Amino acid sequence: MNPPNTKERLLQGNRACAEGAIAAGCRFFGGYPITPSTEIAEILAAELPRVGGKFIQMEDEIASLASVIGASVAGVKSMTATSGPGFSLMQEHVGYAYMAEVPCVIVDVQRGGPSTGLPTKVAQADTMQARWGTHGDYYAIALGPSSVLECYEFTIRAFNLAERYRTPVIVLMDEVVGHMREKITLPDPKEIRIVNRMRPTVPPEWYEHFEINPHFVSPMASFGEGYRYNITGLTHNPEGFPTDRPVVIKEKLDKLKNKICHNLNDIIQVREEFMEDANIAIFAYGIVARAARQAVRMAREKRIKAGLIQPLTIWPFPDAYLENVLEQLDLVIVAELNQGQLIGEMMRVNRRNTRVRGLNRYDSELITPDQIFEKIREEK
Amino acid sequence: MPIFSEVTHKYLRTKKKFPNVWCAGCGIGIVLGAIIRAIDNLKLSRDEIVMISGIGCSSRMPVYVDFNTLHTTHGRPLAYATGVKLAKPALKVIIITGDGDALAIGGNHFIHACRRNIDLTTILVNNSTYGMTGGQVAPTTPFMKIGTTAPFGNRERGFDIAKLAMAAGAPFVARGTVYHVMQLQKLVEQAILKKGFSLVEVISQCPTLYGRLNKEGGAVDMMKWQRDHAIPISAAGKAPPEKLRDKFLTGVLWDIEFPEYCEEYDKVIAQSQGLYGEGGRVKGKERE
Repeated sequence: MNPPNTKERLLQGNRACAEGAIAAGCRFFGGYPITPSTEIAEILAAELPRVGGKFIQMEDEIASLASVIGASVAGVKSMTATSGPGFSLMQEHVGYAYMAEVPCVIVDVQRGGPSTGLPTKVAQADTMQARWGTHGDYYAIALGPSSVLECYEFTIRAFNLAERYRTPVIVLMDEVVGHMREKITLPDPKEIRIVNRMRPTVPPEWYEHFEINPHFVSPMASFGEGYRYNITGLTHNPEGFPTDRPVVIKEKLDKLKNKICHNLNDIIQVREEFMEDANIAIFAYGIVARAARQAVRMAREKRIKAGLIQPLTIWPFPDAYLENVLEQLDLVIVAELNQGQLIGEMMRVNRRNTRVRGLNRYDSELITPDQIFEKIREEK
Repeated sequence: MPIFSEVTHKYLRTKKKFPNVWCAGCGIGIVLGAIIRAIDNLKLSRDEIVMISGIGCSSRMPVYVDFNTLHTTHGRPLAYATGVKLAKPALKVIIITGDGDALAIGGNHFIHACRRNIDLTTILVNNSTYGMTGGQVAPTTPFMKIGTTAPFGNRERGFDIAKLAMAAGAPFVARGTVYHVMQLQKLVEQAILKKGFSLVEVISQCPTLYGRLNKEGGAVDMMKWQRDHAIPISAAGKAPPEKLRDKFLTGVLWDIEFPEYCEEYDKVIAQSQGLYGEGGRVKGKERE
């Protein structure tokens, strides 16, 4: 590992993500090369063995996430990194990880789509794939870093959330955030808070791998520790055995929902700027939030009461926060690098006739501060 | 066979999971019995065994046995197993898969597991059909045999699984049948002991679907067919070519040595930490 972490360094987003993973305790990476995420795999191929971890390049993205789930079940914090096409292939096992409640981290460095799309160009078109990519009902957690430092911090947070809630967590980066270099100082490793999965406190004969309890999160034993349990992607009872009993099925699916929905305050983070007196807000995440921040400052110079709402947690969507803040707003501009994905969520949450307008770019270029500022002037 | 069942019952999740899902006359239970006796004979601890399967009739096996069991997605148990084994190499990882699971949807994972050579033991139950979904053609269904998705006869050829595995780099390849029970147990034992990727293909029968669709009789007739068509590899050399026509070889078909991946990765770790100097010599001191 690059020693003293705490001095100022010029770092790429993908490297910050890889170093964040190691700081979070990640000791297994299974992946497949894909632009623009490949650096994460390359860096971890070199860095993981240095800390006693394991790296493997699998035959495809389906196998990558499978190996990650397998390693996590064996007790090792694990992750993979990919981009849109690979994320599509992984969806089968994203669903498995939700169902089998296996903590793991999936980094999606977004590029243009659909299909092979624009490998080297930026987009935020996987926003909905992160929420609804696999089949069935489930509750996704996705985080959206907007800077190199946040690539580091959010990757750590993704591991912490994955471990705390026994669920896959997605880090929605994008090509610019991943490839951008910024001069940053990483936090002192001693200051970093690391969460590890809850371990069973009962003897093996009492252990239930999918125990139903008031916190909705079951303690997790690893393979090879004497707790011999079954894991399946079939709907299962608390012991992990397949079931087709309606009561047990409902209990299981409610548990998957409740462990997220009862902890929204812990999971959801939103950053505000100039929102105290704002009547116009820009809603943007990731790299677009950086442009939006600049645009808001430009608007303020012109005495326009604009503010920035930057969701740091993309999923679950900050419904309660927005319902509250929309009361003070006349206009929300949802700026995103796609044809309009989060704007649908905003319209769903908007019950007060606040005007919701989209600012979309999907031609492989970034949304600029000027564009956002113009949109504010146009719509206000 | 009272002794057999006594051994078997020690390893079953008897109270929790029975009766099982398999049809009367299915060969999968015989395979499970052979695996359990092999494990018992090798005196392996239940805690160190991880049994991983995909989707299909044979892949339902792990749920019935008292090991660390992982029932995964269709075709992908080898990819899951790769992660489990690499994360915790001390575990003995046994993969249960079927012909459709391993060779159609999981074909890519299969050839790469053979090539990569991680110490995994793969038991591939080959019944020439998709049993769980109702008798469709599989990548192992012989030419012109009937499946529900080939009502006019299968116009494709079936895989030769053993040759495929050898060509892909598997260092240990064996074939047995559910008729030759004792041989099967021995093959499973050898496969578990083998350092590296090992494959045991087990010729089994599906009297309910494949047997009925192809008018091959009941389970007993299909097992007699196995008896009459299996030639031990030790005897194959002496047999005249015309006697080998329409027959298949059983026993250990291929056994070579090749560096095992987890052990190689330990060297990667040592190398990355500066424990190895030039030419692989241990330096004896760790880099900062």
